Amino acid sequence: MDPIIETKQLTHIYSAGTPFEHTALAGIGFHALPGEYLGIIGHTGSGKSTLIQHLNGLLKPSSGQVLLQGGDIWSDPKATRRARFQVGLVFQYPEYQLFEETVYKDISFGPKNMGLDEKETDRRVRSAAYFVGLRDDQLNQSPFELSGGQKRRVAIAGVIAMEPKVLILDEPTAGLDPEGVESILGNIRDYHQVRGATIILVSHSMEDMARTVDRLVVIDDGKIPFQGPPREVFQHGDELEGMGLGVPQLTRVFHRLKALGVDIDPSVYTLDQAKAAILAKLGKGAV
Amino acid sequence: MALKDITLGQYFPGNSPVHKLDPRTKLLAVVLYIVALFLASWFISYALMLAALCLSIAISRVPPKAILRGMKPVVFILVFTGLLNLFYTPGGTPLAQVWIFTITLEGVYRAFFMVVRILMLIAGTFLLTYTTSPILLTDGLESLLGPLKKVKVPVHELAMMMSIALRFIPTLIEETDKIMSAQRARGADFDSGSLLQRARALLPLLVPLFISAFRRADELATAMECRCYHGGEGRTRLRQLKYRASDYLTLALFLAITVAAGVLGHFGL
Repeated sequence: MDPIIETKQLTHIYSAGTPFEHTALAGIGFHALPGEYLGIIGHTGSGKSTLIQHLNGLLKPSSGQVLLQGGDIWSDPKATRRARFQVGLVFQYPEYQLFEETVYKDISFGPKNMGLDEKETDRRVRSAAYFVGLRDDQLNQSPFELSGGQKRRVAIAGVIAMEPKVLILDEPTAGLDPEGVESILGNIRDYHQVRGATIILVSHSMEDMARTVDRLVVIDDGKIPFQGPPREVFQHGDELEGMGLGVPQLTRVFHRLKALGVDIDPSVYTLDQAKAAILAKLGKGAV
Repeated sequence: MALKDITLGQYFPGNSPVHKLDPRTKLLAVVLYIVALFLASWFISYALMLAALCLSIAISRVPPKAILRGMKPVVFILVFTGLLNLFYTPGGTPLAQVWIFTITLEGVYRAFFMVVRILMLIAGTFLLTYTTSPILLTDGLESLLGPLKKVKVPVHELAMMMSIALRFIPTLIEETDKIMSAQRARGADFDSGSLLQRARALLPLLVPLFISAFRRADELATAMECRCYHGGEGRTRLRQLKYRASDYLTLALFLAITVAAGVLGHFGL
């Protein structure tokens, strides 16, 4: 399958030629397949935010290419604008970008910028609101009257309303309570399944990632040291800790067991896997 | 466009002897330098000032390019001043006649010196802001203006307001950058369209920016009150400003330059 979006030798240098020069990305080759649920993990300052801002053309590469469905998004201004709409980007703490008088108007900002007519805009606003679990009567409220968690839903809906083929979310669950985390992750899963869109989730919560993504991409110091299914990536427990990332708590327990001399597969990361592995070890088989 | 590239406050971190001077010394030296610039009147005194400026820049290791770059916005004022002086200097030896204006030798000299004076003025003040962090600068100002407290000028409060304002410039720039990116991601267009369209396009940027600025101000006020902040009375400082030998030397040098420029200027040199 051809990747829907990929980067080739992507390099980005901030403030080139000043004392503040900083290489954020150093020749990154990244790709995402259509319909894939992808996770990007990296420490603060690793370059993950820089990477995702290249995917929808907010940042221009210092060198290298960003290809959307095989076409360079910087080949002409139209391609760049197309990338803006086909690759939806939800920033960290997106609730701080709300500005309209009503929730409805705020969600419709994206579709209106796309030049869609009233009817299509209305359909998209309502369907986006539905995906993030906003009630109809909330659409006419001021976004500033809502709670923090609801504001975030409005902001996410504002991007979903553009119906992007690739939806990127930067730490969408930061600062939410466990219930809020569950519900937002659920909304994203729904969008993934119903729309068949590619989802790229950026986080440093290994637990959240382990449960949801098909493939994990680790970013450290502007490079990609490992990528693959979570199970494979978590085998590099020590290296991950060296990058300040660590592995899920369950995986850590199994790594420790292995280190203590127990012959057990240390790459588990969910409760079910852990249960199966321990029962198998005790010779009782799966229950 | 990366807003981060705008160097507000203009500080260029470094470790040169100029960076290490007490901010008060630098402030006073710049004041003396400006006075001297206005006392200078002819090639010899200007050469002295130029030597002092070039030497200071060399010691500071600030790239001369950075200082030149800062001159760009004032080109218009320079041209305007130059032309005004060129055409409106009365008397003297006429050189050329353009329509109703007469260009005189005195006019040419005056225009030249005026432009050089402005350029050197800007270069000197830039050197101050390039080598002194904003926080040190306000500390220095507060200390220098200290005596005004006796006549009930709220010097500490003014300095605190200045520090806070300076402290939040980078934060607000970062915030603006973030909100702009977020709205761009939703298809907002800040760079094209008519003037009216552009002004309207700023709304999605300004509303969130104001809200967050007020939120930050509120949070900061609460945090300060939680730590029992109550103004300048009896407050001690983390960074104590202290004059050292190099500060006295610098001040003495600049005082000497000012006196020299004054004397030379007085004799029309």
